Amino acid sequence: MAEFGVERKDVNGVSVLYIKGYLDAHTAPEFEQAIRQLLNEGRYKIVVNFKDLSYISSAGLGVFMGFIEEIRNNKGDIKLSNMTDKVFRIFDLLGFPSLYEIFQDEQEAIEKF
Amino acid sequence: MDQKRGRYHLNTPSSSENLGQIRDFVGEIARKAGFTEEYVNKIQIAVDEACTNVVQHAYKGMIPKDIDVLVEVNSDKLTVTVSDQGRGFDPHSFPPLDMNAYFANLKRGGLGIYLIHMLMDEVEFMINPGRKNSVRMVKFLHPVESSERKQNQKILLEKSRERKRHAVSE
Repeated sequence: MAEFGVERKDVNGVSVLYIKGYLDAHTAPEFEQAIRQLLNEGRYKIVVNFKDLSYISSAGLGVFMGFIEEIRNNKGDIKLSNMTDKVFRIFDLLGFPSLYEIFQDEQEAIEKF
Repeated sequence: MDQKRGRYHLNTPSSSENLGQIRDFVGEIARKAGFTEEYVNKIQIAVDEACTNVVQHAYKGMIPKDIDVLVEVNSDKLTVTVSDQGRGFDPHSFPPLDMNAYFANLKRGGLGIYLIHMLMDEVEFMINPGRKNSVRMVKFLHPVESSERKQNQKILLEKSRERKRHAVSE
């Protein structure tokens, strides 16, 4: 059963990660690995497209917290896009929109870099 | 027809790979009990957080045992009790989070218990290390006024502190 998946597309200097399925304590390491791979390649401008993400728990939110300092110290950022209402509500409940820019559309997020 | 009463039990090994099964189990019961998808998701996240705490912390340094999930449906509420036989912890060592400070420190982790309190109407911890540690979480079908909810939480907190005082004096 594919309970979580992550795919990547590079658009010039920006990398877009498409995450799908369920992001929890079991699947968070796979997402972490995808971000770590980008940082190892020196790619610090990241957009995460949430269009196909059905579920997120605090373990998933923790992945964003785990990398943001390193990314911003390297003049990059993680921008978020295409969130469903269900997933946005959890980000919003904890106040994450004050730390991360969230866009309706992936292209808009890419252009912000 | 809405499922208004019942008692449902799931016992599963303490492993993160079972989180999906636990969420499905609780979600289906909550849906049948009449909760909207938004509330089903809230209940699933709260239960996920409680079970993740068990997986990541309860059996540290021990041979992992099971996670026990009991769901009780009444006419006006759904109660989920997540139990383990692990090391236990002091729920009072997790004060309400100041999210501004949390973000300022760019800290990671520590959101689970805070989220449980944010998502559920009542939360109560019963800790007996090595024997049975439980977190009991209640969601009302018809949201209780927030002042009443706060009062309920205050009573539960006092009861929990009283039990702790009692355990220490034994």
